Amino acid sequence: MIGAMLSEAWIAMGANRLRTFLTMLGMMIGVGAVILMLAIGQGAQYLVDQSIASMGSNLFIVLSGSSTSGGIRMGSGAAPTLTVADAQAIAELPSVAAVAPNAPGTAQLVYGSNNWSTQVVGTLPSYLEVRDWELAAGYPFTDSDVRSATRVALLGQTVVKNLFGDEDPVGKTIRIKQSPYQVVGVLAMKGQSLDGRDQDDTVLIPVTTAQRKLFGTQFQGTVRYMMAQAVSAEAMPVAERAITQLLRQRHRVKEGAENDFTVRNLTALANTAAETTRVMSLMLGAIASISLLVGGIGIMNIMLVSVTERTREIGIRIAIGARSRDILLQFLLEAIIISIAGCLVGVGLGIGGAVLVNQITGTAVVITMSSVIMAFMVAAAVGVFFGFYPARKAARLEPIEALRYQ
Amino acid sequence: MEGEPIIRISGLGKDYLTAAGSVPALQDISLAIYPGEFVAIMGPSGSGKSTFMNLLGCLDVPSGGAYSLNGTDVRTLDRDQLAQLRNAVIGFVFQGFNLLPRANLIDNVALPLVYAGVGKADRVRRAQEMLDKVGLGKYGASRPNQISGGQQQRVAIARALINRPRLILADEPTGNLDTRTSQEIMSLFTALNRDEGITVILVTHEADIASYASRLVRFIDGHLAHDGAVDHEMHGSVGAASSPRKGDGTSVRGEDAAPTAASPRNPR
Repeated sequence: MIGAMLSEAWIAMGANRLRTFLTMLGMMIGVGAVILMLAIGQGAQYLVDQSIASMGSNLFIVLSGSSTSGGIRMGSGAAPTLTVADAQAIAELPSVAAVAPNAPGTAQLVYGSNNWSTQVVGTLPSYLEVRDWELAAGYPFTDSDVRSATRVALLGQTVVKNLFGDEDPVGKTIRIKQSPYQVVGVLAMKGQSLDGRDQDDTVLIPVTTAQRKLFGTQFQGTVRYMMAQAVSAEAMPVAERAITQLLRQRHRVKEGAENDFTVRNLTALANTAAETTRVMSLMLGAIASISLLVGGIGIMNIMLVSVTERTREIGIRIAIGARSRDILLQFLLEAIIISIAGCLVGVGLGIGGAVLVNQITGTAVVITMSSVIMAFMVAAAVGVFFGFYPARKAARLEPIEALRYQ
Repeated sequence: MEGEPIIRISGLGKDYLTAAGSVPALQDISLAIYPGEFVAIMGPSGSGKSTFMNLLGCLDVPSGGAYSLNGTDVRTLDRDQLAQLRNAVIGFVFQGFNLLPRANLIDNVALPLVYAGVGKADRVRRAQEMLDKVGLGKYGASRPNQISGGQQQRVAIARALINRPRLILADEPTGNLDTRTSQEIMSLFTALNRDEGITVILVTHEADIASYASRLVRFIDGHLAHDGAVDHEMHGSVGAASSPRKGDGTSVRGEDAAPTAASPRNPR
């Protein structure tokens, strides 16, 4: 029975090829658009997720103070109020997993005949933990390196590429501002940050080395900012309060006076970015779905025309013994075949379009199996939904009226 | 031959609703038709003969009265059960042939078997047999528009016969055909009636077509005006041209229809 109906649907569709194709075209474009838009949206989301993952999770950034000098208020970081000792105190808080003070500066690096200017960050070994940063080669510097302010360095991938090319840098000596530093390790590739900076273009050295030997500081032991990692996402509000309280105590900030530092929740900012991308991706999908809806209405339209055109045929079928559900099934099958065939081509178009967009504009695209399956199921559902009304109309025709129809 | 009528109708009526109100198309029709009969239905336009055929074919439901087909009271059946009854008991032949234009002849003939739930291989085999029977065996792959009107009507007859019906309802089957082709089609009906005992009921407005039948029912203004044996002397001109068939028709009536003819024909 189904076999006979399938072949009849095939014949009916073949009888008016152009119309069948145009009907399918609606589905093709709809499904293609949904898949392409989801691919672009998910590509953007993937980039943001990557950046967030590369930043490290559950992060705070603690900036040294806004200072007030004779009524003139300076911006964050204006007064060097944070110290390595502050960082070590914060690390003792139960809600905080790790803290890394940052004393950054720009310096010229030289190896052999190559030189490269980059950001050099003085920090603690805990920096790697805070940033979830692995080493690609070698070893991190240690707490004893920090204590004795040794000249050791960890190089980012971009720095390695520019100074060493294909050479293995571990164990080699580079010069930073004329002083020799031994390369003890190489950082793993991180890629771009959320704001588009190249995170691999950096060098890590012990904070003490940076303070005493490389950049020097106005005030002994101060750092520009530090990064703190809460033990979990849930602990973040507690950690924020605890850090604030601790620093106020340590800095002897009077009751009611302004903080001489700023605690910012980086992860919350990142999550906002992720949420924004997710909403954008959803919206792209939703807009594309409208074309799927329009495609479905196209199917309904054509099926209604088809039922009217074939009224007499339906009358003949009913007269010689077709039951309502036989007629219903026949027309429903036709609508479903059209929408699924259109969907198959649409999936191809969508994937092809996504690849093309990626090739031409370099936009990241991610095609997931789930988006293809979803598009497919939606197409089948559209076929059933929009095919049902015309099919039911056909199935409910009165035989004598249908037979008399010219 | 069985004593049970294949069609038993009593007090059958059909009203049509129009803007002017309810208009009766058929009023108080009662008759019985027995297996093996060959009945012609005649009447002027608007006399109700087509309405009557639609009711007989279970394509339309009566407004009143009782109709039992093949022992089943059709009033108790729903739409789908009626479809199955039509599929199993009745073969339809229409004036306009009503073949599916896009399907080939095999598929056209096999169509009732699709709805009877017969498998594909069986369908094709039986459809080929039926096409052979109506003399169109080698046209199975053709489409209806590739053959002549007379051939199309033969295909329609093959389709009507394929599910081995007890009853054939033919509504002006020769209305679109020339005289010679009409005679061929009528010979086919006569042979089916005589050789296979299939009950044939046909509507016609031509007396010479009606003369192939053994029993004549005439409608006027929605009433049963005449019900009796075909008077072949009245249609002498056609009768002379087709005397062997007339003889056959008479013998069918003589052997099969005569015992039952007296009682049910004038029920009122």
